[in-house]
Amino acid sequence: MTTATLPSTADVWQWLGEVPDPEIPVISLVDLGIIRAIAFEGDTLVVTVTPTYSGCPATTIINLDIERALHDKGIDKLRLERQLSPAWTTDWISVDGREKLKAYGIAPPVDGSATDGLLRLRADRLSGRSNLTIACPRCGSTKTEKISQFGSTPCKASYRCTDCLEPFDYFKCI
Amino acid sequence: MSAISNISVSDAALFECLTRLGDNALILGHRVSEWCGHSPALEEDIALSNTALDLIGQTQLWLGLAGEIEGRGRSADNLAYLRDARDFRNVLLVERPNGDFGTTLMRQFLFDAWHFLMLKALCGSTDKRIADIAEKATKEVAYHLDRSRDLVIRLGDGTAESHRRMQGALDDLWAYTGELFVGDTSDVELAEAGIAPEPESLKAAWDELVGEALSEATLKKPTDGYMHKGGKRGVHTEHMGFILADLQFLQRAYPGATW
Repeated sequence: MTTATLPSTADVWQWLGEVPDPEIPVISLVDLGIIRAIAFEGDTLVVTVTPTYSGCPATTIINLDIERALHDKGIDKLRLERQLSPAWTTDWISVDGREKLKAYGIAPPVDGSATDGLLRLRADRLSGRSNLTIACPRCGSTKTEKISQFGSTPCKASYRCTDCLEPFDYFKCI
Repeated sequence: MSAISNISVSDAALFECLTRLGDNALILGHRVSEWCGHSPALEEDIALSNTALDLIGQTQLWLGLAGEIEGRGRSADNLAYLRDARDFRNVLLVERPNGDFGTTLMRQFLFDAWHFLMLKALCGSTDKRIADIAEKATKEVAYHLDRSRDLVIRLGDGTAESHRRMQGALDDLWAYTGELFVGDTSDVELAEAGIAPEPESLKAAWDELVGEALSEATLKKPTDGYMHKGGKRGVHTEHMGFILADLQFLQRAYPGATW
C-alpha cells in the first residue's frame, strides 16, 4: 500500500468500531474505550490499545482481532502499542456502548463513578449501603442487590433484581 | 522517553524492587488460584479466581519490566518459571498455605491493605514505567481490598464459629506482616531516588486501615511481637519449594513448551 492510497484514520476508527469485544460481542472495541489512538507513522499504521484489566485473558485475542480486521481491509504494515497510562476506566465506555450493554442484559457501569477505592469504601459506609444503585437491565427496577463482587469476567459483578428476581451481570466501575 | 529520574539508581536495585512486587503478586496469585473449583460457594470461587487473575496480570507487568531492565533477555514467563526459590523476592506472608476460607481471606486482607497503600505511593514514582503499572494495578487492588475487608468484617462479626476461625487466622498470620514494613539498602536507594516509598513509611496508614476493619469485625488485633522475615532477600519457608514444584512443573518437565 503506498502513501497515496492510505486510508484516513477516520476510516480505521470506523473499521475498529465494527470489531466486537470477544467476551461481550454486542459492543465494539471502540465502544469499550480501549482504542486510545490511531495514527500513521509513514506508511505504518500504529494502533494504541489499553488493557481493561492487567490480567484480562481477552487481551491477546483483542490484539489478534484488530490485526485480522485491519489486514482484511488491506493494512499490511501495522504496529500495536500497549498504553497503560492513563489507566482504562469504565467512564470511557461510549453512550452507545452503555445502551448496547443494557439491551444485552448487562447493567452498564454507573456514569462517572469510577473512583478511588478507599473513598468509595468510606462513602459506602457512611451512607450505610454496600454499593451504588444499579438498575436491573431487564425490568429497570432499582431494587437490586449484590450477590458477589465478581461475575462471569473480571470486569463484571453479580447482581440480582428483587422485583423480577432475575440475576444479572453488572459492568463494575473502575 | 526519559523514564528514569535524574538521580541515578542502579539497575540492580530496580530489578530487586520489581521482582519483589512481581513475586508478591505471582505467589499470592498462585495461592489464590489453588481455590479454583474448591471454594465454599460458586460466587466465591469466581471471585477468588478473578482476584488471582488480576494478580497474575500484574505479575506480567512487573516481571516484564524487571526482565527489560535486567537486559539479559529474560521475559516475565522466564522469570516466573525458571528461577529457583532463592531468587524469589516475595514476602513470607503470601506463601503461607491457604488453610480454610477464613485464613485465605485474612491473608488477602492483610496483604491487600499493604498492597493498596504501596501501589498508591508508587503512582507517584519518578520512574514513569513503574508509575504507569501502579496506576493500572491500584484500581484492581482497591477492588480486592474492598472485598477482602468486607468479608473479614462479615466473618469476624459473624457466627461464633466464623469469629473463632477469623481470630485464629489473624493470630497465626500476624507474625508475617512485619516483613512488609522492613526496608534494606536497596529500599533506601529507591526511596532516595523517589522511585518507591520506604517500607516503614506505609506502616501507620496500614495500622489504621487494618485496625479499623478489625475492630468493626470484633476481632482483637494482636500485639506486635516477633516477626518472621527473609522472603524479601530470598530466604523462604518450607512452603516455597512446593509452590514452585506446582507452578513450574510444566516448564521444567517440557522446557520451552508453548500454547
